Amino acid sequence: MYHVNYRRAGSVAEAADLLAEAEDGQLLAGGQTLIPTMKARLAAPSDLVDISGIEDLIGIREGDGAIEIGSMTPHAAVAASEVVRARIPGLAGLAAGIGDPAVRHRGTIGGSLANNDPAACYPAGVLALGATIVTNSREIAAEDFFLGLFATDLEEGEIIVAVRFPQPARSGYAKFPQPASRYPMAGVFAAETPSGIRVAVTGAGEDGVFRHEGLEAALAEDWSRAAAAAVEISPEGLASDIHGAADYRAALVSAMAAEAVARAASRKPKG
Amino acid sequence: MTTPVHFTHNGRPVSLFTEAGESLLSLLRLKLGDQTPKYGCGQGGCGACSVRIDGQLRLACLTLAETVDGAEVETVAALSAPNLDPLQEAFMDHFAAQCGYCTPGMIVAARTLLDTNPRPSRDEVIEAISGNLCRCTGYEPIIDAILAVAAQEVSA
Repeated sequence: MYHVNYRRAGSVAEAADLLAEAEDGQLLAGGQTLIPTMKARLAAPSDLVDISGIEDLIGIREGDGAIEIGSMTPHAAVAASEVVRARIPGLAGLAAGIGDPAVRHRGTIGGSLANNDPAACYPAGVLALGATIVTNSREIAAEDFFLGLFATDLEEGEIIVAVRFPQPARSGYAKFPQPASRYPMAGVFAAETPSGIRVAVTGAGEDGVFRHEGLEAALAEDWSRAAAAAVEISPEGLASDIHGAADYRAALVSAMAAEAVARAASRKPKG
Repeated sequence: MTTPVHFTHNGRPVSLFTEAGESLLSLLRLKLGDQTPKYGCGQGGCGACSVRIDGQLRLACLTLAETVDGAEVETVAALSAPNLDPLQEAFMDHFAAQCGYCTPGMIVAARTLLDTNPRPSRDEVIEAISGNLCRCTGYEPIIDAILAVAAQEVSA
């Protein structure tokens, strides 16, 4: 790893200042991706501005018809949250399955979203649930946030402070993990949201996370495992790599969609 | 740039200077002489450097030393004093360590599991050590050893 200056920010405003002062500064959240990337010398920021200890950014709040998760909330806290488990079980399940226990204690929702790894789990949940990404300067709809591989709508120096999820009627997530990295080769999040049935796919698309209109239409007609399984998934636009060809990924998307729906159906929250 | 850090290492307060960007793993091994956490892949993929920070399982190689200021850091060495942890005994009884390189990380991960979930299922054990790679012993004896300790501690 190249030399780097470490700065701990006590507030979002301080983080923004430290970032602006740095020659080539980068925000540090849980560091479970950034630190290995720096160690591989694929990234070499002059300064790391650590926002993981900013208390305002950690925690889960219940609002009016929505749940807001602070950007620096680790996956393990989302997975263990009684609020998330009761109100958005699909999201709690997603968080519980990310990486391994050590990663889950350190990795954060905000870090995952800002990185937008095409095989990360959170982008699927955020897009399918129609969440809003709240930053220190504005609010961005999930729809507008993800712009392809490792690219987002975030501007230079912009900091994610929270993610707001509208209450879904039901939600489920299933992924087929690559056995070594445990990143999904295909992960599908299906939800019945205030804005309709939404299905998002991660790990499989050439351009990262995307919504699947065919699955959404079929599930709007009939929310069932069989309806999901009956949708033909085209390999067009899906990734082919050493772990699997596009048509194999299409088959995985189909299987994971059916599983996600089955999980959602069995955990419908009351009220 | 060097920064002072103060934390407890296996219950003992320590204060020392860390270089910018230094990992907790290198600080533990090279500056504190605790070589129980191992350097495996150095990029968060193998779990050989697993330690506990404030009771949580963490990877020392991905932890910047500067971030542990004020924290409680525990390596497997904390578990083996004055007597071996039952997990260490069980790993011997079940031949769960061949080359031994993954063993410290495995023990730390397993102890963290049993502290929070004293009666894990086999699947929960597998999940708990999912971040710890073993390339020679094979996982079965390791899983058996952890389950044996769970059964023994619950019945005790």
